[in-house]
Amino acid sequence: MYNLIEKNKRNSVFLFLALIAVLIVLGFLIGEYFFEAGVYGVVIAGVLATISGLCAFYSGASIIMAFSRAKRIEKKDHQRLWNVVEEMSIASGLPMPKIYMIDDTAPNAFATGRNPEHASVAITSGLLDKLDREELQGVMAHELSHIQNYDILFGTMIAVMVGTIVLIADFFLRSLFYGNRRRSSSSSSSGGKSAGPLMIIALVFAILAPVLARIIQFSVSRQREFLADASAAKMTRNPIGLARALEKISSDKEPLEAANRGTQHLYIVNPLKKVKEKSGLMDTHPPIGERIRILKDLHHV
Amino acid sequence: MGGFIVLLVIVVVVISWVIGIYNRMVTIRNRVKNAWSQIDVQLKRRHDLIPNLVEICKGYMKHERETLEAVIKARQMAVDIKGDNVEQVAKMENMLSQTLKSLFAVSENYPDLKANQNMLSLQEELTSTENKISFARQHYNDQVMVYNTKLEVFPNNIIAGMFNFVKSEFFEVETEAERKAPEVKF
Repeated sequence: MYNLIEKNKRNSVFLFLALIAVLIVLGFLIGEYFFEAGVYGVVIAGVLATISGLCAFYSGASIIMAFSRAKRIEKKDHQRLWNVVEEMSIASGLPMPKIYMIDDTAPNAFATGRNPEHASVAITSGLLDKLDREELQGVMAHELSHIQNYDILFGTMIAVMVGTIVLIADFFLRSLFYGNRRRSSSSSSSGGKSAGPLMIIALVFAILAPVLARIIQFSVSRQREFLADASAAKMTRNPIGLARALEKISSDKEPLEAANRGTQHLYIVNPLKKVKEKSGLMDTHPPIGERIRILKDLHHV
Repeated sequence: MGGFIVLLVIVVVVISWVIGIYNRMVTIRNRVKNAWSQIDVQLKRRHDLIPNLVEICKGYMKHERETLEAVIKARQMAVDIKGDNVEQVAKMENMLSQTLKSLFAVSENYPDLKANQNMLSLQEELTSTENKISFARQHYNDQVMVYNTKLEVFPNNIIAGMFNFVKSEFFEVETEAERKAPEVKF
């Protein structure tokens, strides 16, 4: 269990570094092309990423709750849910998060918040009705694990990096397309022979980088789901509760109306996609069958 | 002069290094204390809930005086223990858990009691409190493990000895004394 957690953390860090590498290479190539100095490009990319990162950090997670039509609840509204969340916050040593309920029969849940002090968990009424106490513990432990592992912050950072890569690549391709004539007319005087192969490399990379970045982003998202499952098992010392809950969620085909492509990665099980056996490059979540299998394996160790 | 400066630098580095380790150990010790106080909060909560439980049960259970009295007695003994003696507290609270289990077991024979709304709510509260106690204990033991390891590894053990850091006790689920606790008679 502890090994699994360590391995997942290492994988996410590795993927994050890969994303930074993509950003640096892209910045360098474009800098070389425009200014004949790759460092400028890298600096510009860094500044862009920082600015959009700060904006994302301070824009707040409460917007997500409003988008998802979640209502904040108190203890008297749902005694058992409140108690279970309290139990998990004690088990993890985290402060008590705010609890929200989504009035929807589709079974799902998610967590948000930039740090444990500003965290919220949300659950649909459909899921709440379906689960027994043990399963509810598993689900809430999974959500609190996302909070404990700073997944929301991590996910936001990744999204910002991907956004910046897409932005820069797009800008480069457009300027190439529209600015071509101007550049070729001046290149006769300044001797643009060396720009040929470099430009092709930059062009290919600018086309590939956004795709690559998205693949890395989704890969991180899948990794963090595995991590949250493993942490939840450690928190409850009972992987079977979560495994059973995932089985119940996956057997229900009803889509969640309040979810969209912008918030799909937040949920415990992807609310938009169908259940598949194998993991695709563009999936936000690992296949649910594999998650259940790993949890059950943990139980037998 | 040069030698003096080198010496001074070495002294400053060593002192700040010791301060670093010391502060780290204090932080972790406080985490252990905080984890303990979490258990304490939940134990008190359970103590507060039991009189209500006994009151409701009394109305329905005519023939279970001994079971109820065992609960009351175990509660009183647990309440009377004051202070930070982890082993004593653990022993008494484990005994209280046992008597509560017996009470819930016999309450199965009283359908009216089981259907009572107050009883349901109280039972949820007690179940949750039991869970909270065991999760708080789990968290406490995790913190104790981290703290004790921190004290034992080299060179922290030297600094721990210098400043009188002592290892914390684990909150054991089942102690020898608890296994020998008298069975509740029905």
